[in-house]
Amino acid sequence: MALKDRQGRPLVAVTGMGVVTSLGQGREDNWAALTSGRSGIHAIGRFPTEGLRTKIAGTVDFIEVQPFCAPMLSERLAMLAAEEAVAQSGAGTKGDFPGALFIAVPPVEIEWPQREALAEASGQNEGVTYPDLLKAAATGRFKPWHDLFLFGTVADRIANRFGTKGSPISLSTACSSGATAIQLGVEAIRRGETKAALCIGTDGSVHAEALIRFSLLSALSTQNEPPEGAAKPFSKNRDGFVMGEGGAALVLEDAEAARARGATILGYVLGCGERGDGFHRTRSSPDGAPIVASIREAIEDAGLTPDDVDYVNAHGTGTPENDKMESMGCMAVIGERMKQVPISSNKSMIGHTLTAAGAVEAVMSLLTIQHGRIPPTLNYRVPDPAIPLDVVPNEARDATVGIALSNSFGFGGQNTCLVLGAEPKGLAA
Amino acid sequence: MAREVVVTGLGIVSSVGETVEAHLSALEPGFVPNVDTTTFAPYPVHPAVHLDWDKQIPKKSDQRQMEPWQRLGVYSAGLALESAGVKADAALKARMHLIVAAGGGERDYAVDGQILTGLRSAANHGVFLNERLMSDLRPTLFLAQLSNLLAGNISIVHGVTGASRTFMGEESAGVDAIRIAHARIAAGQAEFFLVGGSYNGERADAHLIYEMGGFYWKKAFRSVWERPAGGGGLIPGSAGAFMVLESREHAEARGVNPIAAIAGVSAERTRREPGALRASLEAQWRALGASRQAVVLSGATGVAQPTAEEKAALHEVAPGATIHPLGDIIGHSLEAQAPVGAIVAAALIAKGAPEVVVTAVGHWRGDGLIRLTPAA
Repeated sequence: MALKDRQGRPLVAVTGMGVVTSLGQGREDNWAALTSGRSGIHAIGRFPTEGLRTKIAGTVDFIEVQPFCAPMLSERLAMLAAEEAVAQSGAGTKGDFPGALFIAVPPVEIEWPQREALAEASGQNEGVTYPDLLKAAATGRFKPWHDLFLFGTVADRIANRFGTKGSPISLSTACSSGATAIQLGVEAIRRGETKAALCIGTDGSVHAEALIRFSLLSALSTQNEPPEGAAKPFSKNRDGFVMGEGGAALVLEDAEAARARGATILGYVLGCGERGDGFHRTRSSPDGAPIVASIREAIEDAGLTPDDVDYVNAHGTGTPENDKMESMGCMAVIGERMKQVPISSNKSMIGHTLTAAGAVEAVMSLLTIQHGRIPPTLNYRVPDPAIPLDVVPNEARDATVGIALSNSFGFGGQNTCLVLGAEPKGLAA
Repeated sequence: MAREVVVTGLGIVSSVGETVEAHLSALEPGFVPNVDTTTFAPYPVHPAVHLDWDKQIPKKSDQRQMEPWQRLGVYSAGLALESAGVKADAALKARMHLIVAAGGGERDYAVDGQILTGLRSAANHGVFLNERLMSDLRPTLFLAQLSNLLAGNISIVHGVTGASRTFMGEESAGVDAIRIAHARIAAGQAEFFLVGGSYNGERADAHLIYEMGGFYWKKAFRSVWERPAGGGGLIPGSAGAFMVLESREHAEARGVNPIAAIAGVSAERTRREPGALRASLEAQWRALGASRQAVVLSGATGVAQPTAEEKAALHEVAPGATIHPLGDIIGHSLEAQAPVGAIVAAALIAKGAPEVVVTAVGHWRGDGLIRLTPAA
């Protein structure tokens, strides 16, 4: 049997998955925690929180990197997730991955410890300026920081380690980046350009300025006590998202090639949908049209109909705006039946892993399909009458999930949806 | 069967000007580059020409929400849309895809300086930093820093909302943006793209990164080809560069004449062992089927090793070819390097050149080629 979809394109199988979040390292630990309703959100210990409105996050504190900074932690999270995914898939040989790399990385820049070191090296005590920092930079003493803070460095190091082929793509579509990395991999396989792709989303960027930036946009929950109660997706009393860290990797393969080499197929990426939104820098079009279009496109791309969706892994950030718009979008596409379709938000437990979220949640969606068990939406105590959905409140639930829709939406009008499946429905005749 | 991918719109701004013609004139003998040696001394820069932002970004509120790197990009994107004849067609722009090569993160220099000064004597660094950042950062500055907000602003200002993707990764991001758009059109996965990038070379915070690595040319202006002998180095140049790509069928259906065709795009990554870059470029040249007579638009940075290896590779695969180093004309524009080259190349094709190859070699990593020919 030729493994093509109805449009005659190669089917895209998932043969390896890896994940790290504040809940732990690896699929097993994460899955156990997620389905037992445990939260990884805690008081921030990494930097002082005096004077901040938000003092909590789902940081990954069990991994040490030196020097501590977003690119180093993001690289490590990506590395660990990719090691797990590549090992599970068995694709290629060690250091020789037979395909391309698509990686969603947080935008990086020099951070305060580095700026401070440069200021100190400049010898300037009064009125420090950038020309002073540049004088320190010119000494050559800080050469490794050039490489460390380039946007392409995390990808370069992953490519070196795993031996991926060609020019690795580092990308950002804000909070839908992880899903876009997967979409790029799907497209490359469907084009026949590669038989395999390593798709990663990673984000270890919870530092003071990053948190303050979101805080100044009033995007974060300020309910610091208790920390594990702060992320309240779909609840009436939701008051913002909680920043999280994590990394996830998926090995995608042309299903025919995967089967030919005897790989275990864990599931399929059946469809992808995306749509821009020119309404506002941080808010969705009030009519939800771009969200609706991207959900619809993902389902159509999979050769399915809205009636085929068994479960929605929500973007579910817990901001007043997102959850309302996401609910509206799902209702618009799936209709009245949506009230009975379970929808849950992993972010209620791991926080919003930002650049990594789309990849982390794609892995969780595939684990949901694999285990026949839906992780809950934690902290759902006060229903929002405007959101008439079954959010799988507070406790995991056994269910047969054949088709899952995973949503990702981001600042800058980014909307990306994936349809993941246990079996390739909608095969070529 | 791969479909033909054609270029139908060009938008470019740099130190040379804001028209395609100005950039073509700059390829002529006797051109004198616009170099500012004082503002950022000891770093020479090729500063963007003065632009009347209102022409492409009508709302002041939008202008205020952007930093210069974003304004350069949004402005040049508007020029490309105009050139492709789609600026006024809202329905068409609503299904146009966008791939942007972007860096990000322009800082508030005054705030950073004050905080760094205060930190020198602060009792508790973390607490001091929290207080000052909470009170001194403009809330909307974040949106002017986020990498994907160049794309976001193009969606807002110009209504290009098919879907956007932002590639990061310095020079490689630029060539990969064009590579992926080309591949998707050729394979029938999409019809219609706005692709490009922008870079503000007049930024002390960006200078910091490259100065730490020792990548700047800090002497009197010299051609990129001559810089390796003097230790090598790049001169940053501000640029915004966007182009419209579409399938030939799509262009024909809307009654547009192609400016050029993108015959092929390749991008690679070596570990830059001696000779690796040269071998990579030579292999890519052959894989793209480029001829020895092609006109070459080089993105050579002036950084010693990669510039010397690129020169050697070109000497091998295209001896005697006309080579225009864009670094001598507009400087080095990182993420915009490849889009700048592709746009000038398309304009050369429109003037009658039978084949143009653009090189996009990173100052530190990444190398790619773009080959353009007249549309069939």
